[in-house]
Amino acid sequence: MWNKRRDEEPQRPYNPQAPASAPAVPSPVVVKKEATPVSSMSPARYEPDNRGGGSASIGKAVKIVGQIFSNEDLYVDGEVEGTVEAMEHKLTIGPNGTVKATVKAREVAVLGSIGGNVEATDKIEIRKDAKLVGDIKTARIIIEDGAYFKGSIDIVKPEPVKAAPKPAQQAAAAPHGNQVSVAAGATENKR
Amino acid sequence: MLLPGPLKGMFRSRGGQPPNGPTQPAGPSRAQAALRGGAAAALLSSRPSRGLEEFFTYIRGRCGLRILDMGGATQKNVTFITDLGHKMYSEDFLQILNDTFGADGTTEQSNPGRIEYFLKQTLNYQEGEFDGVLVWDVLEYLSPALLTAVVERLQHVVRPKSYMLAFFHAEDKVDAVPFYTFRIGAANAIEVAQHGVRQPAQLFNNRSLEKLFGRFESVKFFLTRERLREVIIKA
Repeated sequence: MWNKRRDEEPQRPYNPQAPASAPAVPSPVVVKKEATPVSSMSPARYEPDNRGGGSASIGKAVKIVGQIFSNEDLYVDGEVEGTVEAMEHKLTIGPNGTVKATVKAREVAVLGSIGGNVEATDKIEIRKDAKLVGDIKTARIIIEDGAYFKGSIDIVKPEPVKAAPKPAQQAAAAPHGNQVSVAAGATENKR
Repeated sequence: MLLPGPLKGMFRSRGGQPPNGPTQPAGPSRAQAALRGGAAAALLSSRPSRGLEEFFTYIRGRCGLRILDMGGATQKNVTFITDLGHKMYSEDFLQILNDTFGADGTTEQSNPGRIEYFLKQTLNYQEGEFDGVLVWDVLEYLSPALLTAVVERLQHVVRPKSYMLAFFHAEDKVDAVPFYTFRIGAANAIEVAQHGVRQPAQLFNNRSLEKLFGRFESVKFFLTRERLREVIIKA
């Protein structure tokens, strides 16, 4: 009888350092200049749609004042003031996210709030209940009913695709791994 | 009589048959809910619009114009305007009105300080910035003092010889009018979504509209079957 109960318990390897259910391993994040905690919250708490594999995230209890340069997809659910650039990647402003910044990215999805000009080379989505006050420059735009937008929209047709570069050139142009660079004037953990 | 369009329900209720008396004015909570898009399911219908057709006649064949939409950003309007090669500006005029004065705050709409603040929030553009303005029906919800200030500001921000399109209900006496959002279906058709009703601050006839836009070059009216005046104003 006692042995049977033991058998029913899930078998876990003994590892006092690790929690019982370890969260997904975050992608490698390289922070340049100042060592700033990019996120204080587990990425597992975010919606799966809003974070692809290898994306960085700024949790809702984090405030960053300064410049953010990201070489991977970025999810902002906290507060950012300054500039945000993710030129080849997707930037998502989560429902709790408040960005007072000039934003540049390949793709921008807004579920929270942006106050500042936004440039998205591919597309921008302003979801229901999101708020964007600023001028938009993009190739495509999606605005859901219930979204608030004040500003101008400049549709810029994408340039025609050039001939594919040679492999050697591609290797030279490729980013050196995933990295987020934060040049922050001040960082505040509001928790 | 069967009327097409989004107003047919309203006319039915105004025909003297409703058992519960005349239509009641919209309360602030209902109007607020409408402004937030939280009202009951919007009634969406499409109808021809001579006013819109005229508006696009003037800007057709040109490119790179600056068009202001005062009805808030909708996907259809943005797509239609930008596909024509124009730059679109969006103002959620009624939302800012609501934020500044409250949903039925017409009493405060004569306060000069608040009027100035409101204009900084919503129409703070340079002189002659726009080549066309889609005003829709937002002017109906302004008290006389605020309306005069807004029309003056509109005249300031539009380029001479440019056009504006505005809608006004043609009823003489009404407590509440349907609260709409307008979407461009085609160059001569609009889609109208109703979000409940809202109390207008004042009602207009042709003469009062001519007086209101007296400083503009010309005013042209189109009366729709839904007793809605579509007005083209040339700056």
